[in-house]
Amino acid sequence: MSQLAAHDLLASYHPGDGFCELSAPTQMQSAQVNSIVERLRRIPLDRLRERAQDAERELFNLGITFTVYTQKDAIDRILPFDVIPRVITADDWAVVEAGVVQRVRALNLFLADIYGAQHILKDGVVPRELVLGNPNYREAMIGLRVPHGTYVHICGTDLVRGDDGTFQVLEDNARTPSGVSYVVENRHLMLRAFPDLMDGIGIRPVSNYGEKLHDALIEIAPPHVPSPQVVLLSPGTFNSAYFEHIFLAREMGVPLVEGRDLVVENDRVFMQTIAGRRPVDVIYRRLNDDFLDPEVFNPDSLLGTPGLMRAYAKGNVGLANAVGTGASDDKAVYAYLPRIIRYYLDEEPILQNVETHICREPEALQYTLDHLSELVVKPVGEAGGYGIVIGPHATRAQLEACRATLLADPGNYISQPMVNLSVSPTLTDGGIEPRRVDLRPFAITGTSTWVLPGGLTRVALPKGSMIVNSSQGGGSKDTWVLEPAEAGRGARR
Amino acid sequence: MSALLSRYAESIYWLARYVERAENLARILDVNESFSRDSRGGQNWGSIVTLYADEENFRERHGSGEPDAGSVLRYYLLDTGNTGSVVSSIRAARDNARTLRPLISTEMWAQLNMFYNWVRALGPEDVAEERLARLCARIKEGCQTHTGITEGTFYRDAGWHFYQIGRCIERADQTTRLLDVKYHLLLPRIADVGSPLDVSQWNALLRSAAGYHAFRRIYPSGMTVPKIAQFLLFNPSFPRSVLACVNELDRMVTEVRSRYHLRGGVAASEELDDLRSVLGHEPIDSVLERGLHEFIDWVQVRLNAMHSALGRDFFGSGVEQGQRQSA
Repeated sequence: MSQLAAHDLLASYHPGDGFCELSAPTQMQSAQVNSIVERLRRIPLDRLRERAQDAERELFNLGITFTVYTQKDAIDRILPFDVIPRVITADDWAVVEAGVVQRVRALNLFLADIYGAQHILKDGVVPRELVLGNPNYREAMIGLRVPHGTYVHICGTDLVRGDDGTFQVLEDNARTPSGVSYVVENRHLMLRAFPDLMDGIGIRPVSNYGEKLHDALIEIAPPHVPSPQVVLLSPGTFNSAYFEHIFLAREMGVPLVEGRDLVVENDRVFMQTIAGRRPVDVIYRRLNDDFLDPEVFNPDSLLGTPGLMRAYAKGNVGLANAVGTGASDDKAVYAYLPRIIRYYLDEEPILQNVETHICREPEALQYTLDHLSELVVKPVGEAGGYGIVIGPHATRAQLEACRATLLADPGNYISQPMVNLSVSPTLTDGGIEPRRVDLRPFAITGTSTWVLPGGLTRVALPKGSMIVNSSQGGGSKDTWVLEPAEAGRGARR
Repeated sequence: MSALLSRYAESIYWLARYVERAENLARILDVNESFSRDSRGGQNWGSIVTLYADEENFRERHGSGEPDAGSVLRYYLLDTGNTGSVVSSIRAARDNARTLRPLISTEMWAQLNMFYNWVRALGPEDVAEERLARLCARIKEGCQTHTGITEGTFYRDAGWHFYQIGRCIERADQTTRLLDVKYHLLLPRIADVGSPLDVSQWNALLRSAAGYHAFRRIYPSGMTVPKIAQFLLFNPSFPRSVLACVNELDRMVTEVRSRYHLRGGVAASEELDDLRSVLGHEPIDSVLERGLHEFIDWVQVRLNAMHSALGRDFFGSGVEQGQRQSA
């Protein structure tokens, strides 16, 4: 017993005030979670450190990196990787999965509507100017039919877990969500570095993502093309997500092209090959709308291909994601998503939004003004965290300034309570300590929606930090979705 | 299997060229250090600068003093301002490999990535003369590891053909340069012909092309200029000879054109036909009589023409990515 205690990796781990993804009582009801915890306990801290260092070195050698460009150099960095997995039970996952599928359905119906008959605007469920005045609303998409009514083929839904352990949606990413390469690579790394930890537990595989993605992309090819040519369109090697573009092209077995490799002729897309021009039927584009086609959008873009939108409008090429999905995933529309779900599906949302106050509505504005010091106030039009005021961390002067802007233009703001993100035991310089995490599951939709069992778990590595973004010291963990208990027993990976 | 993107064809061609270039450079530096001494017993480092026609850039970066071991080694191993240095070549190879990752094996990529990270971390202390032999051996080994991994893992489709084409064209070019400059540096000293010094210099030349032992097997006695020139230009079985490279180029170009029903490549094949009709058919004595330098010049012009033809027919826009100074 004392022998065991001396080697207990988690002996000094205390989750603090957050919901713990490993040791919360509801998690520990699972026999699988218990065996993972038992196995973790037996790994000596210095061995764990060694294996963690080996794993990070491997990421570097394999070039699973993003490149930071300085004036005279290019430095490859890895996304820091924490070797202690984040575990999701089968029951919890069933809720997440159903909730994500529901949300993607609603987003697609919403997009078809706002670029079509606009019922939801006419019925006053979502304010007209919020959609039509949205900078990401693309008039080029009005009346344009997309295969199967699918606009959002790849969706990343950012989820957080508050103190009661309920998953809540923080954000939808319906444009070109990134991070899925880390989900798969993290798993491959764990399979090599910690086979002993995973063996026989029953963890759902993630390595078929590329196949599933390719299948869905084939489904949106123009009809009557016998074997559609899919390509991945990347902005090029300088893009920070370039590794992911490589990864996805490899996993699908398709060419990674840049705009200069493509040409549009008679409203058909071709790529330049050694055998001349060859038709392209589906493009998984990792390029923002603005850059896709200089004829229609940013005329200065050298990254895209002139004429692409003509080919798209004629139905001669499939684009994933569709153009104009940005009108569905910003903060303004996010606030209405629960109502959007009810409107189109006549269902209650399975995953709740983080409680959101829409300040254009008088009651919500009043509530926000009354509780300013407890709330996070976000401008709806901005991206990347600009203009956000975090009440609990703001000075008196900042709060007063915020109050003034709110009163001047309430329609431009929403407010939310601070969410105390859940924690996961994480290897730090000081031993095993709790660190905050979120979760981004990825959903693929062609004719139907499939959710990758897992998702990107981002972890805020600085002590006490709530910010999981990689630009602010965030890393990632492997995400283990457990097989249902019976199936898990004796199941092979 | 979809047709090979023009940009990929160009990248894989350059990837092969850059690795081949780095390997040849390591050979030349290594052999120069070990074997090539002038009459005063010092190494002739300036000849390497001449070999690559880098006199101007070298002076810009390392001053107008006589090139010595330190400056030449830094310039050709570490200097990122020299596009032909080992670090620049391996970096270019690695950057091409990165864009080619959907095409090449993970092992090819990981090895080049690690190799580059090792090369870029080298400092002046690592290229000191006393460590040079070991360093060059490691560079050659890194390049050969790449070649071996490629042979063992790279899928054999059109990409493989363009890889081989790049490798062979670079190798042929490097061999002609080596022969040209050594020949000119060494030959004028008629008085030295047959002297121990002369023998050791030709010896070095053969060794830098890894041809010494093969040469000895075919020519058990006597190391004469015509024999060496014959061997390095016309021997069909020595893998670094110009003829062997040209034969392989011809085989690859013909194969890729027929297997993938390519309309392009006619001009490249014609250049190769020209080369093949002369290499191995022209007696070496008449080549030497009319001037080795002129002959080599002609070979290089043909190789460059072939390179441009590939650019026009297969790479789309011509050739921009690599920097190649013609001889």
